[in-house]
Amino acid sequence: MSVRRLRRRLVSGTMTALVAVLSLVAVLALVLILGHLVAKGASSLDWSFFVKNPVPAGQSGGGVANAIVGTGIIVGLAALIGLPVGIGTGLYLAEYGSGRLGWVVRFVADVLNGTPSIVVGIFAWTWLVKPMGHFSALAGSVALAVLMVPMLARTTEEMVRLVPHTLREAALALGYPRWRTSLRVIARTALAGIVTGCLVGIARVAGETAPLLFTALGNLNFSTSVLEPMQTLSLQIYVYATGPFDEWHRLAWAAALVLMGLVLLLSLAARWAIRQRHGAAR
Amino acid sequence: MAPPADARLQLETVRLTALYGRRAAVKDVSLMFPRHTVTALIGPSGCGKTTFLRCLNRMHELSEGGWITGKVVLDGEDIYDPSIDAIRLRRRIGMVFQRPTPFPTMSIYDNVAAGLRVNGGRPRTEVDATVEGALRRAALWDEVKDRLRHSALALSGGQQQRLCVARALAPEPDVLLLDEPTASLDPAGTQRIEELCHELKTHYTICIVTHNLQQAARVSDYTAFFYLGDLIEIGRTEELFTKPTKEQTEAYITGRFG
Repeated sequence: MSVRRLRRRLVSGTMTALVAVLSLVAVLALVLILGHLVAKGASSLDWSFFVKNPVPAGQSGGGVANAIVGTGIIVGLAALIGLPVGIGTGLYLAEYGSGRLGWVVRFVADVLNGTPSIVVGIFAWTWLVKPMGHFSALAGSVALAVLMVPMLARTTEEMVRLVPHTLREAALALGYPRWRTSLRVIARTALAGIVTGCLVGIARVAGETAPLLFTALGNLNFSTSVLEPMQTLSLQIYVYATGPFDEWHRLAWAAALVLMGLVLLLSLAARWAIRQRHGAAR
Repeated sequence: MAPPADARLQLETVRLTALYGRRAAVKDVSLMFPRHTVTALIGPSGCGKTTFLRCLNRMHELSEGGWITGKVVLDGEDIYDPSIDAIRLRRRIGMVFQRPTPFPTMSIYDNVAAGLRVNGGRPRTEVDATVEGALRRAALWDEVKDRLRHSALALSGGQQQRLCVARALAPEPDVLLLDEPTASLDPAGTQRIEELCHELKTHYTICIVTHNLQQAARVSDYTAFFYLGDLIEIGRTEELFTKPTKEQTEAYITGRFG
């Protein structure tokens, strides 16, 4: 009896220690990356870094204002295109997607979800950049939107499916038409979850580089025209980090820190939205 | 013995058969609901009593493969007639479910007003008055009058269920369908709902599905016993429970099966 108990305790203790070590390794990776970024980049973060544009190679100083604004514009435009399509598709899948068409849409979304982002970039280049004759922020936004849509569609679908069936019945029994049930009761109940999915989706594409390489291209000057090439933080990091100048490397670290901070902020906002939901569900 | 058919008849099913695909869950049931009475539907699980209830406000047809034959007559009108709009019909028949189903994103007030708003715009003062009236009838007003703008989820389970009763009453239906309304409530909550049945039947015709035989005996005027989709027996509650005419009914109410 006591031998069995001892064995159980031993196994339990070993397993607990094992998973603890493994989670430590996982967390360590993030801590190392963040720590390294702060160590290398924090010292370069000053006012001019945020408000000044890049200076010609070889000179010191300058900032990445163009990239910060560009990231905002490109990701914002991508969200403007991607959110309605993604959420709409998700609602369709959850509410009417039990048939053959739903199966096809779901399958396509899953495949698209697993498509490497560079492939999406190539398609954006073929369909937008080539016919238009020049690189543009718009093409970059479309590429990012295409990456967002399947993610949002599946998240929205999951969130809507989490709404208890009894709520739908309650609304229908009150004389709600079906569309009104979907929008006023089901979608509203799932709203916090959908918002969370959107924030996570935006955070994910905000750091994308590959699909922007041959769409938005990058721009060393400050630009707000979506029909012209535009800089983003990720592109700036790519250019600076692979460049030959120490000054560029310094700026690349700082830009990486800013980008990471941005993604972190969005994740925190998503966390907050989840908390709101659980607060409401109690 | 069936209750007599007369001018007091509110709702009636005529040879109602309810099917899921090709499987009949309710078979050839003719049943009458006199105005302002409580009828209890009893029977073992899977006997079709809930399906029968859901035919009365055309909710059954929303289930996968759900369809019916026969007639359901509300105030002399067949509600399955093609000219009848199921969505509008459901506003005339209130329903309360097994588990409380308050809309989680809405306040207490908005929950009760939900069924009114779907009927189109009404003056604010009228909505206010109707919401208060519905909450009073559901015996919830005194408990929530100071927090109408709070989330409905802050209420206890029993209060939530009475909120659902209020929500069903607000559009001023003629008939109230209760599908095991006390299944998830504690004894105190159950007692409140049962008291409500007594109070509400002065204004509404009530049909209640219950697994609890004592509850059926306490709240209803008529009791219908269903078994395997068939209506075995219908009669005045005190007669059905004391002198059942069918062998199966007696076996069920004396606890020999089910």
